[in-house]
Amino acid sequence: MSEVALGGGISVNRIGAMILRYWYLLQSSWPRLLELLYWPALQVITWGFLQTYIAQNANFFARAGGTLIGAVILWDILFRGQLGFSISFLEEMWARNLGNLMMSPLKPIEFLFALTAMSLIRLAIGVLPMTLLALFLFHFNFYSLGLPLIAFFCNLIFTSWAVGIFVSGLVLRLGLGAESIVWTLMFALMPLACVYYPVHVLPVWLQYVSWSLPPTYVFEGMRALLIGHVFRTDLMLAALSINAVLLLASFAAFLALLRSARINGSLLAGGE
Amino acid sequence: MAIEVAHLTKIYKQTRAVDDISFSIARGSITGLLGGNGAGKTTTIAMIMGLVLPTSGRVTVLGHPMPRESEYVLGRMNFESPYVDMPMRLTVRQNLTIFGRLYAVRDLRGRIAQLADDLDLKEFIDRPNGKLSAGQKTRVALAKALINEPELLLLDEPTASLDPDTADWVRGHLEAYCRKHQATILLASHNMLEVERLCDRVIIMKRGRIEDDDSPEGIMARYNRATLEEVFLDVARGRAKEPAS
Repeated sequence: MSEVALGGGISVNRIGAMILRYWYLLQSSWPRLLELLYWPALQVITWGFLQTYIAQNANFFARAGGTLIGAVILWDILFRGQLGFSISFLEEMWARNLGNLMMSPLKPIEFLFALTAMSLIRLAIGVLPMTLLALFLFHFNFYSLGLPLIAFFCNLIFTSWAVGIFVSGLVLRLGLGAESIVWTLMFALMPLACVYYPVHVLPVWLQYVSWSLPPTYVFEGMRALLIGHVFRTDLMLAALSINAVLLLASFAAFLALLRSARINGSLLAGGE
Repeated sequence: MAIEVAHLTKIYKQTRAVDDISFSIARGSITGLLGGNGAGKTTTIAMIMGLVLPTSGRVTVLGHPMPRESEYVLGRMNFESPYVDMPMRLTVRQNLTIFGRLYAVRDLRGRIAQLADDLDLKEFIDRPNGKLSAGQKTRVALAKALINEPELLLLDEPTASLDPDTADWVRGHLEAYCRKHQATILLASHNMLEVERLCDRVIIMKRGRIEDDDSPEGIMARYNRATLEEVFLDVARGRAKEPAS
């Protein structure tokens, strides 16, 4: 097999091997596939009906059609993006396969690239049907957001990867006893990222915290687009800058936690 | 030298798991690492592999310091350990395909077919790993350890939990592999018969330190015992060896 290498000796073949590994796993387990579809579909149906009800009874929401469903879908991109990343990582812990991988020529950066690719694949399986449901049930065309959607998506997926990398590092270091962090950490961001309400609703001191999170800019940007029909480039650029810092910081944290796991011997233990 | 270990020490919080050990292992040799539970065998092997960082000391593998230059070495070595598994839902063929790709094996299909032949995997090669018996899983783990035709093979209890027939079969295969490829094997084991049969050198560890280091015959002569098992019991129970004549 001929080796295809990126800069820094990063091998495309090894990244491909890991993607193939997770693909085999998805193919072999229909409950895993079903789960990818189940929760997003449930979310959009529940919030879609709520949006319909509110729009019938409130003038503002009638004008701001789609903000709730749009927020649900964007939130799911953020949340499912991180889960898609972290669950693929957890599969290695559950399978006690991490030692095999760490002893192979696979580099940590290649492993992380494979996890980001899996995050996109799992996201596509879950969120694409969700957007179709929103279209057919509630006549909300998510794709009518147009080009700004690309900016929203990129910023959210970058944040989800940054959180996914950091959380995976924590589980690597602390073992499966820390697994619940994977499922819960993103929810700590939810009230601060102002998914369903504007930032000015928060107390002033909390607004500073809120503006330090890239998703806040995306949800504000979505509301500006759906309500005011304005695309706020400034918000997207600010989010992108913070995301760049977060991604670098999370990668550095992952390497530090991996080193700590090697010192602590937890790569061999792998359990709780 | 295949492996050079110098003043290697590993301390976990208050526990000194490995305590200032030094040894070298020549290329093409089979060396057994003997010792009771907690003797430091697994930690020593893990430090050689780079999975655990030493508190102090140096490890050089195939001429490269570990883990700093591990990228030059990891593709030329492999390992098998009871502390790791292969993904259970993937079939044997899928698992070997993944690891073959990670190790950049040329003509991977051919290599998998050869391993299936050598290790008698054909009957269950398309069955998920989780549905195999303990003996079958060990053969698959061995196939994974040999997928890249390693120059250096680190084995931690390779025949633990196997019936005597399968264990004997695995030992035979390891001997044949080593002869054919001039490979180096470092083997941690509790099984004295295994070590006697396979190894041309034995390192005995106790409480993180090297207690003895010689050929099996040399060690048995020094302790004036007929088997390594008797030597092992002497070491474990603190009975002194015979004074050198």
